[in-house]
Amino acid sequence: MEAKRTLRNLTAIVVGMFAFGWLLVPMYDVFCEITGLNGKVTGPSFLSEESKAITEQRELLVQFMTHNNESMPWFFDSERSQMRVITGNQYEANFVFYNPTNKEMIGQVIPSVSPGRGAEYFHKTECFCFERQTLAAGERIELPVRFIIDPALPKEIGSLSLGYTLFDITDRVQPKNDLANL
Amino acid sequence: MSTVVETHDHGHHGPAKGLSRWLFTTNHKDIGTLYLWFSFIMLFIGGSMAMVIRAELFQPGLQIVQPEFFNQMTTNHGLIMVFGVIMPAFVGLANWMLPMQIGAPDMALPRLNNLSFWLLPMAFGILISTLFMPEGGPNFGWTFYAPLSTTYAPSTVNFFIFSVHIMGVSSILGSINIITTIFNMRAPGMTLMKMPLFVWSWLITAYLLIAVMPVLAGVVTMMLMDINFGTSFFNAAGGGDPVLFQHVFWFFGHPEVYIMILPAFGIVSHIIETFSRKPIFGYSSMVYAMASIAILSFVVWAHHMFTVGMPLAGELFFMYSTMLIAIPTGVKVFNWVATMFRGSISFETPMLFSIAFVALFTIGGFSGIMLAIVPADFQYHDTYFVVAHFHYVLVPGALFGIIAGAYYWLPKWTGNMYDETLGKLHFWLTFISVNVTFFPMHFVGLAGMPRRYPDYALQFADFNALISVGAFVFGLTQLLFLFIVIKAIKSGKKAKPEVWEGAGDLGLEWTLSSPPPYHSFTVQPQLK
Ligand code: HEM
Ligand SMILES: [Cu+2]
Repeated sequence: MEAKRTLRNLTAIVVGMFAFGWLLVPMYDVFCEITGLNGKVTGPSFLSEESKAITEQRELLVQFMTHNNESMPWFFDSERSQMRVITGNQYEANFVFYNPTNKEMIGQVIPSVSPGRGAEYFHKTECFCFERQTLAAGERIELPVRFIIDPALPKEIGSLSLGYTLFDITDRVQPKNDLANL
Repeated sequence: MSTVVETHDHGHHGPAKGLSRWLFTTNHKDIGTLYLWFSFIMLFIGGSMAMVIRAELFQPGLQIVQPEFFNQMTTNHGLIMVFGVIMPAFVGLANWMLPMQIGAPDMALPRLNNLSFWLLPMAFGILISTLFMPEGGPNFGWTFYAPLSTTYAPSTVNFFIFSVHIMGVSSILGSINIITTIFNMRAPGMTLMKMPLFVWSWLITAYLLIAVMPVLAGVVTMMLMDINFGTSFFNAAGGGDPVLFQHVFWFFGHPEVYIMILPAFGIVSHIIETFSRKPIFGYSSMVYAMASIAILSFVVWAHHMFTVGMPLAGELFFMYSTMLIAIPTGVKVFNWVATMFRGSISFETPMLFSIAFVALFTIGGFSGIMLAIVPADFQYHDTYFVVAHFHYVLVPGALFGIIAGAYYWLPKWTGNMYDETLGKLHFWLTFISVNVTFFPMHFVGLAGMPRRYPDYALQFADFNALISVGAFVFGLTQLLFLFIVIKAIKSGKKAKPEVWEGAGDLGLEWTLSSPPPYHSFTVQPQLK
């Protein structure tokens, strides 16, 4: 009957839209990646051949910001709040981590570059944010980030800031669990 | 469908007696009545919450409630008004009027209809019960942004999620029923472009509902998993993103605001043509305007999120697409005014509410355009200016549409005319108090008063006292409406089938007796 067909089509729309709602999650990530939105640093950790070929260099300001997520109790800060850098050269900046609690904890740092359009020109050759950090009770460590600003950085970007947020993931990772290494 | 055939068998006996009539009814009029009374009761519950909010904000400082409870009041006021008042009222009107307007005996799926209604008291019973639990009810705003509604939520959030799921199922089933009815049960000769505008408005609304309610169900399910099963959809610590929540929520949320206004467009179109004694100006442009508003509503959602740090291209896209919606909306306002132009207008209560609808809804549309301007929105966002905007489109917009429709069709439903003098009194008190309440909110918003706080800076005190007075008058006035409705059910001048002079030519519902027979059209009328 007519009504049966209408019903079938409508049910299909409902099911399809429910699926679409979930699809928005990966779509959002892919969209951010393609457009470089959200300041997620996805560029390679090295300079491309074309960029190496650019001889023109310029000076710009790089600023560092650190945040602790929620109630993460660690002390986390950069040694210097900003530095003047020349594009194409490698630099190093040190960050201090200190676990003041009396238990071992695991932290993970998530980077974000702003303006977001500058993210792909920020090449980190080495970064503590590539892996999680385990600190014993009372332990204090210094870790470097080494980076190169791409000479191809658009002219209108006069400074870049690198923001780091430190998350407490102790409860999420059981250190002896193989899953932790995935 | 077998169910359809069954209603035909039932054709000749009236309603069952007592409580079981309402519990087991599959009759479109009974279910419409249930929806309308449910919505009316929720209006007073949600309204009392608004009274608590305004009592607290009458003076700066904390006098009456604690901030935690204040947050529960704003959250539940919003949720109840959106999902418990406006939406059920429109579904109730659809149940009553659609079969009568298209010349059908009943809805296409009467048993599903019973289920869609009875899910609602269940959903709101659960939601409201959380307010009495030790941890208190939802307190994260009706938009329930993560992580406020996940990481930082009271544990009762699980009940909230469950109730949203039930509301969603109810809306989806209701919409499926409405679309099936419209497509399959129209009187012979009623082509799509001959359908009454209220039917058109509901056809489009029902499509919006089945498209976005599943997305809402998805987003609350993600919350549920983040809270209870350790996933990280919205938790940055686990690689998720709280901004993603806002995108998914508003992908549902913006079409939702049009779900709350389109049926009102349909209702006032009928009322304006009736009391202007002229057929609606630009019928087909009305249909196309509604359809384009509905389609555009899927690509403007991020105008609620201009301040999250979108790239310039995104801000521009959502700014222009939002402004584009003003064009079909403007077409509708133009057509209403053009219908009244040179009409022989009389000002019965439904017409008064409809004229006020056109004027005041337009004010809400204008503040919407101001909010759509990205650089301006950076200042307006999350201030009382936004509160003023959406209350202008929802109270003198959606709610006035519902009240106007109730007055317009009340004589048809009950067979009695309502008390016109009291109706006019109700209108004027409502019209004045709604403006005293919501207009000053524009000013305090522009001056920087943020929304959703139980306290405010001293310089806003005078306007807030005025707003609270307006709100109390508005609240009390609605008790008068309740009285008028009950009075019209119990007594009043007998209504003719046509009810309003000349209405007989405007729609099939006016060819039935007042009140209409239990099963509307047992013999389908033939349209020329
Ligand atoms: C010309 C048409 C409209 C335009 C251009 C428009 C634009 C906007 C914009 C830009 C915002 C976001 C403001 C902010 O948070 O900073 C907003 C909020 C809102 N609008 Fe509209 N709007 C329009 C019509 C409507 C209609 C018809 C409704 C409902 C019937 C509506 C309901 C709402 C609601 C409920 C909010 C606030 C949601 C919240 O944050 O709680 N709007 N509008
Ligand atoms: Cu919107």
